[in-house]
Order: sequence, then C-alpha cells, then structure tokens
Amino acid sequence: MRKRSWWRPRAWRFGAAALVCIGLTGCSRQSILSDHSKVTHDIGLLWWWMLGAAVIVFFGAVLLLVVAFLKRRVPGLPILGEREPVAQGMVLVFGIAVPLVALVVLFAFSDVYLENVTAAPAADTTSMTIDVIGHQWWWEVRYDGGRAITANEIHIPVRTRVNVVVTTADVIHSFWVPALNGKIDMIPGRRNHELLDASQPGVYRGQCSQYCGLQHAHMAFLVYAQPMAKFRAWLANQERPAINPTGAAAIRGKADFMNDQCASCHLIAGTQAQGYIGPALTHLATRSTLASNTIPNTPTWLARWIHDPQAIKPGDRMPDLGIPPRQIRDIVAYLDELK
Amino acid sequence: MATTIEPAAQRYVDELAAVWAERKGVLGWLTTVDHKRIGIMYFFTSLAMFACGGVEAMLIRTQLIGPNGHVLSPAAYDEVFTMHGITMIFLFVIPMTTGAFGNYLLPLMIGARDMAFPRMNALSYWIYLGSGIFMYFALATGHAPNAGWFDYVPLASKQYDPGNNIDFYGYGLIFNGIASTMTSINIIVTVFKLRAPGMSLNRMPLFCYAFIAASVALLFALPVLSLACVFLELDRELGFQFYVAAKGGDPLLWQNLFWIFGHPEVYIIILPAFGIATAIIPTFTERKMVFFPLVALSEILVAFLGFGVWVHHMFTVGFATATYIYYAAASLIITIPSAVQLFAWITTILTGTPRFKTPMLWIIGFIVYFILGGLSGITLAAIPFDTQVHDSYYVVAHFHLVIFGAAVFPILGGMYFWFPKLTGRMYHERLGKLSFWLTFLGTFVLFMPMHIVGILGMPRRNYTYPAHVGWTLLNFIETIGGYITAAGLVLVVLNLAHSMRHGEPSGNDPWGGDTLEWSTTSPPPPYNYPVIPTVSSPYAMWDTEDRERDNRRLARGEGLLPVGHRTPTSTAQDADIDEIASMPSSSPWPPLVALSLFGVFAMLLLDHYWIVVGFLAVLLLTVLGWHQGAAAHARAHEVVPAPETGTPHE
Repeated sequence: MRKRSWWRPRAWRFGAAALVCIGLTGCSRQSILSDHSKVTHDIGLLWWWMLGAAVIVFFGAVLLLVVAFLKRRVPGLPILGEREPVAQGMVLVFGIAVPLVALVVLFAFSDVYLENVTAAPAADTTSMTIDVIGHQWWWEVRYDGGRAITANEIHIPVRTRVNVVVTTADVIHSFWVPALNGKIDMIPGRRNHELLDASQPGVYRGQCSQYCGLQHAHMAFLVYAQPMAKFRAWLANQERPAINPTGAAAIRGKADFMNDQCASCHLIAGTQAQGYIGPALTHLATRSTLASNTIPNTPTWLARWIHDPQAIKPGDRMPDLGIPPRQIRDIVAYLDELK
Repeated sequence: MATTIEPAAQRYVDELAAVWAERKGVLGWLTTVDHKRIGIMYFFTSLAMFACGGVEAMLIRTQLIGPNGHVLSPAAYDEVFTMHGITMIFLFVIPMTTGAFGNYLLPLMIGARDMAFPRMNALSYWIYLGSGIFMYFALATGHAPNAGWFDYVPLASKQYDPGNNIDFYGYGLIFNGIASTMTSINIIVTVFKLRAPGMSLNRMPLFCYAFIAASVALLFALPVLSLACVFLELDRELGFQFYVAAKGGDPLLWQNLFWIFGHPEVYIIILPAFGIATAIIPTFTERKMVFFPLVALSEILVAFLGFGVWVHHMFTVGFATATYIYYAAASLIITIPSAVQLFAWITTILTGTPRFKTPMLWIIGFIVYFILGGLSGITLAAIPFDTQVHDSYYVVAHFHLVIFGAAVFPILGGMYFWFPKLTGRMYHERLGKLSFWLTFLGTFVLFMPMHIVGILGMPRRNYTYPAHVGWTLLNFIETIGGYITAAGLVLVVLNLAHSMRHGEPSGNDPWGGDTLEWSTTSPPPPYNYPVIPTVSSPYAMWDTEDRERDNRRLARGEGLLPVGHRTPTSTAQDADIDEIASMPSSSPWPPLVALSLFGVFAMLLLDHYWIVVGFLAVLLLTVLGWHQGAAAHARAHEVVPAPETGTPHE
C-alpha cells in the first residue's frame, strides 16, 4: 500500500512544484536565466519574449489542426477557406505576412540592437584584463600579464568591466559562464575576448562548451565575483611566490615534489618547479576544487587524486606516477600549506 | 487494370514480362539494376543503420540517466555519440530518403520504367553499402571516429588523435559521398528527362519537386565536404598544413567548409520529408494542395537559401559583428518558405476532409514537431541568445525536433503509406496508431526537457555530469522518453514485418491516392507500367479519364514498348516525347566496381599506398569491363528516334 502514496494529489503537487523550481527559477548554478549581469539580464528578457511569442504561434497553429479534427464530428461548423482564394489568402497571411513582421521585430531587437550591446567589449571600455587559456582539460588564468598565475578559478571584482582574453594551448575549447555572459570559443591562432561584469557578488560555475576530447565533461571552473577590496587582497596574495613550508611533513613533501616528476609539469612560483603542462599550484590551498572543478580540494581528495588521477578523470594528462603513500601524505601536507 | 485485355495485347504484356523478368535468387539481387529492387535494398540497409544509430542513442541516454554514469567509458562514449551522428545523417536519412524512397517511388510517380542510369543506380547502392561496412568495421574494432560528426580540428588532427579513428571518418565520408552524388545526379536526370508524356513541370507532383531540390542541394554541398576531408587526410597523412594555425593554416577553414556542406545538409535531410508530407496530405484530405505553385517554389527556395546561412553554426568563434548580422538575417529569412509550406499543409487539412489514418497521424506529428523545432530554430538566430545556448542541450533539443520529429516522422508515415504498394498487403491499423502515439509521446518527453536543461547550462557531448548542478531529474525524464520512443519504433518495425506476410490484401489503390504509382499493381511489375501513361495534372490518379484511356490503350496494345528494356524520354520542361531510350538490364559490374573502390579506401586507411595503386588498377579493369558490356548493349539495341507510343493526347 505504501507504493500508492505516490499517486496521491499531494505527491503530485510536490513533484510539480519541484519541476517548476528546477525548470524555471534557476536553482541550477549554471542557468542562463540567473540574471547576475546586465548582459544575461537582457538575454534572459529576450528569451522570455521569444518564448511568449512562440507559445502563441504554436497554440495558434495547433488550434487550426484541432479545428480540422473536430470538423469531422461537428458538421455544421463554419469553415474558413472553403473557397480557394480564401485558403490561399490564409497561406499568404500566416506564411508570409505575419512571420515577416515578427522576424523583422526580432531581428531589429536582438541582432542589431542587443548584439551590439552584448558583443565583445572595446578594450578601452574595460578596466582590467584577464587572460584565460584553455588546456586539455583545465583552465589557466593569468593576471597582469602573468604576475599572478592560477587555474580553474577566476576572481573578478564585482560591478567592474573585466575584459577576458581567451586563447588555447591545444585544441578548441569554449569559455562559458552562463550566469554572466554567453560563450566565446578559444581557437588556435586567435585571440578572442569577452566581457565579464557581475552585478552582484557570488560564485558562478562555468564549463567548457566545445567538445575537446576525453575529459570535456570534467572541464569546469568557478568565477568568484567579489567586492573590490576583497579582490585586491586576493590578487596581492596570488602575486606572491609560494611560502616555504614549516611543518616537518610539508618540508619532506616539498623535497619529494621537486624530486619526483611533479615539478616537471607544475609551476610553484619561487621554487624550481617551473612546469607548464599542468595547472600552477603556487597557491593551491586557496582553491576550493581540484581537477577543474571535478572533486573538492580536501587533503583526502588531493591524496586520492595524486595516487590515481586516472580513476577520477580517465584519460587526463596527469599520469599515475606510482608515488608511495607516505610520500603522497607529505606532498599533500606541503600543498596544503600553499595558501 | 480493370478492363479486359485483348488477346493480342495480352501477348504484348507477356512479352514485356519476359523481357523485364528479373533473375531469381541472390545473384539476381547482386546484379539487379531495377530501381525498385535497389530501392528495397536501400530500404533494408538504411533501416539496419537506423537500428544501429538508435542503439547508440539509447546507450547515450542510458549513460546520462543519472549523474556520474558508468555504462560507457569516456572513450566509448565519444565513439558512440560520433557514430550516432554519422550513422543517422550519412547512413540512415540520406540513403533512406534519396536511396529508398526516391529510387522506389520517383520513376513510378513520373510514369517511367526505371531511373535514368540504372547501373549507376546499382553502383551507388553498393558503394553506400561498402561505406556503411567501412564505418561499422571501425566501431566493431574500437577505432570509430571520436571527434564528433562535425570533427573539428585540431582535436581531429594527428597530434591529438593519432589512431585510425579519424581516418575512418575522412575516407569513409569521401567514399560515402560518391554514392550520394551518383544518387542525386540520377534523381535529377530521371525527373527532368523520364517524365511521362504530358507531365510538364507544372503537372509534376510536389514530391518530385522536393526530391529535385534535395538532390541539387546534395550535388552542390557534397563536394565541399569531400574537399574538406581531402584536406584533413592530407594534413593527417602527409603533413600538409591546411588547418594548422601554428604553420599558417586555420582551424576555422575546416569549420567553414564543414558547415558550407553541413547546413545545406540539414535541408537535404528535411526536404524529402516535406515531399512525403505533400504526397500524403492530399490523399488523406481528398483535396489538392493549397497554393501548389507557391509550395513548389518554397521547396526550391529552402534548398537555395540553405547555402547562405552556414555561419550561424559559428556565432561563438569571434567573427566581426557585421558578419554575424548578415548570417542571422539570412537564417531568419529561411523561415518564410518554411512557414509558407507549413500553412499550406495546415490549410489543406483544414479545408479538406481529413481522414486520420496512421500515415496521416505521422504527418500531423511531423507538423507539430516542425513548428516546435522551427520556433526554437528562430530563437537561435537571435545572436545574443545563441551565444548562451550554442553547444548546449537547447541546440540538441532543437535539431532533434527538426531532424527526428520533422524529418523522420514523415519517413515513418511514408513507410506505412507506401507499404501496400510495395507488398500488396495492408499493415495493422490499430498497431500502427499505437506505434505513432508511443513515438509521438516519447519524442516529446525525450526532447522537450532538453530545452530546459540547456537553459540550465548543460553543455553537449559530455559523457557525464555532476549531481549538484541541477540537471539530474530532467536527464532522467529524457531517458525515459528515449525508451518510450524506442518502443514506438520497434512497434513500427514489428507491425510492418508481420504484415508483410500476414496483412490483408490491399489492392492497387487502398487510399484513393493522387499520384501515378497507385495506378499500377501492388507490388508493381518490373516494367512498372505496361502502357506508358499520359498525364494532364499533378494529381494524375484523380484524372480518371486519363487512367481509363490508359486502360483502353492497353486493351488495344498501344504504347507498350515491348521490345527490349525501353522507356520513353521526354523534354525537360514540357515532357513531350523526345526519343525512346533503351535501358540496360542486369549487370555484374556495379558491385565489382564498388568492391574495388572499397579496396582502394581500405588500403588508403592502412597507409599501404602501393596496394592502393593495385586496387586502382583493378578498379580500372572493372570500369573497362563495364564499358565493354555497355558497348555490346548499345550495338544490340540502338536508340529508337521516333516515338511509337502515339501522341500524348489522342
């Protein structure tokens, strides 16, 4: 009997409410309708207007089909278009005149007016520039031409026009933070750019949206929009070289890191680790996730990641290095101090 | 053929039957050049391909039923979604529409006895079969293409994809393109030159207009894809740099070339569906199509305009705004001829006396999904909105509504519609309706939530997704919709397979159809029509006087052309009789030529260039053999210049 409770009205109401919530209010952290910048506000508005018009057109056309169906049952129904010129007139009106008006309005608003508002910003209208470089399968983020290098997390000051210049180190990726702006492709040989201008503080999820190989699914990142003071403090810290470890395990871990193959792929500013293949780890402990927003940045997950990255992200460029567990613990202790 | 046939005429019909008799058994099928048999082979092969693509789709949906799925490994997922796209477009829809429907129906509909180039027709089938085997050999051995059906470089370059996977794609599509090119040439020449006397262009069924439009588009679009694939293989195999940015090439060259082909391709896929809809609607509304000339013009305009919109696939690559505005405008304009056709169908249904039999139901479903897919397509021409939903599930929803809901539904409706013509039997009506409603419902549940999940930011082509982003429930619903759709499709196949042997006899014309094919027997004899019909309107079957005159001519033994494989050719515009062409009969060369071509491409793939040269030599020999046969044939049956069928109008 318990199974039946699903069919009770209350269960249905709950289900319907959940659907509406998920579907429309943007509970998702990656919705394009979350209205956190002027651009997404305008695009969201455009969407609702288009949806409204589409609903009218759809039900209008379906109504004609329903009438055609009912006509068989209700003989006395007056039928429009019995005469050929009337039928042809309907095709001209609904097939040409009405769409033409609707399309001209849509074109003028979205492709002429709004496209010019949302198009990539002129460099002199923005107050700072961030370089984002796509890699298989993570994001390199550079501030001030490389004075601070981080990965998979982008911090921006809120209510500030930030020019994001996107390029790629390998294949085509696409940079997309749905809550803040549309996407822009990262293409070899091209420097594309896009505006990020968050109207309120928050953490926004972004994700690669051009298929880029095996781990395209695990190539996400977070954008932290912060008040200017907080952002400045963060950036000042990122620009510093890595601190020297103090704990015994961390000191051993640093030596292991430099002696194992870690240093050949990763950068830790201020040490001899100057690799460029993997993400910079100079301030890894300030980041909230690992492996391009795939797992949380906790000592346990970090240890698991170093032990067997291929189990978490099959095909990833980080190989299983076969580092003994004790060394992994030390390396984790070291990286955990890189605040 | 209700009237009694004079004994003299019966002798002619017997002669026709003897002359056109097809060889029995496997050898008969291997060497056939009969457009109906080739159409049937196309039908079953592309149906098998549809099943493969469908299984791939179900694997994808099962993987995505919940977050962090483990049904497929990332590598397997990439191969499966790539093969799903390649299969559905190149190995299912194009061969099913042009190869199966076009081949089987066009000659019947225009009153011809075969396609214009019967042996080339057979060759295109065997090449198509070869390319399908080529591609599926890749999947079976775990080397299937894995960079998406759009195959963007540099992901598809040797550097990032060093195996043979992409070479299967490059060579396979060039190979496959030969078949489609030949089919489209054949369709164009057949429809322009083999129409029955009196079937001037303004009396040609709209179905033929749609297939002409699709074939012309195919003919112009395919060379671009083949060229792009040649560049790709030169880059991969010989170190050329067409697409290598670091050496002065440009990866966007691939994208431009691919979509110059790829967007017309979308219309090539849907135009035959338009044609099927315009064939089914008049029959089931007992009314001529509203605004025939405007609908014909719209079909052609769609194919033409389809060549000018490709950059709307590239709104996020960072071209100048002015460029984008042009392509957005062009993309919006294409709405007009589509809307004209849409409202011509709706108005015809509204002002006719519709009968909602199974084929008609599929057309209603088609109209509903064409409206939905069309509307979501319009939203994608709004560039700012497109930069948000581009490469998200919103786009997946849009083009599946158009390609599955709008292009495949008429194919399924057409299967039910012409099933009695092919088999002489009726399908099961109630099961047919059930199969429609299951598929219709499943399609809705499968694709409508994808719009929402796309708006919630879910990108395409991800083998999995995390639990915390809010996509789980919608993906679950989509997968259930996928299973319902699959059940509906399985029911279609079961219904038709069972009815093939056990259905009620249907007679020649169970629907009161409007086009010529309903006037001949079901299934049609190898020569299609004993008497070459004459035509005086696009609804030839409803011109009962014309058909009765055909019967009287048959009774008198007029217009039979009983000597050799003969069919009249006619002038391109007015369809006046031009001359009597002598058609080839069965030939072993088409499958042999296709086999040697298969060898060429297989060895190219394996980099055995000397063996390639060997196979090219074999190919040359087979072509020579073909030519010898053709020369002997020409000597035996010289072309008859003077019409002997009598004037079209007595």
